[in-house]
Amino acid sequence: MDKLPEIILHISTYFVSAGIILATLRLIKGPTMADRAVALDTFTVISISLIVLIACIAGRVIFLDVGMVYAILSFIGVVAVARYIEGGL
Amino acid sequence: MSWNSLLGSIITLLGSIFLFLGALGVYRMPDLYNRMQAGTKSTTLGTMLTLLGIGICHYEWLGQVLILIIFIALTNPISSHALARAAHFKGIPLTAKSVTDKLKEEESKAEVL
Repeated sequence: MDKLPEIILHISTYFVSAGIILATLRLIKGPTMADRAVALDTFTVISISLIVLIACIAGRVIFLDVGMVYAILSFIGVVAVARYIEGGL
Repeated sequence: MSWNSLLGSIITLLGSIFLFLGALGVYRMPDLYNRMQAGTKSTTLGTMLTLLGIGICHYEWLGQVLILIIFIALTNPISSHALARAAHFKGIPLTAKSVTDKLKEEESKAEVL
């Protein structure tokens, strides 16, 4: 009973990893380039949650900074890919 | 076992279920626009819930986690809007089951005028 929060955090890590696998499958399968960009957007947003979950399980505060930098870079990357698809880059 | 860690872990579990359902929608939906709907809205809510749960678990991390939540809430709609706009102007078709396309109607009206 004492370890219940830790067990729940591990179960949620499994859920998040399954989501990452599904987004990766769409990233491989997607028929057009825009589908792949959507899958990449979903993939990066889910990855931020996984990074913060790992920070909580490992008890290291430095992973929060890693997640923040990852969020900024993924946002810029997705917007740049969207501009490229539109043809304005 | 402290109550705040139990509460935070349950909120985190809820958010991770939302993230999983969003990714399932990205995999299963028939169309790019439907995929974007599933993959943006539910992952925004799921990420916010997951980060909030971890912030409740560890009180000393709450400030940094709140900054991340605000950043996600500001940037995720912008990126999805840019992607949807790019896909529509590229001319990627809607699925056959979709009922209406308001942007195309507005564009045809503007061409008539």
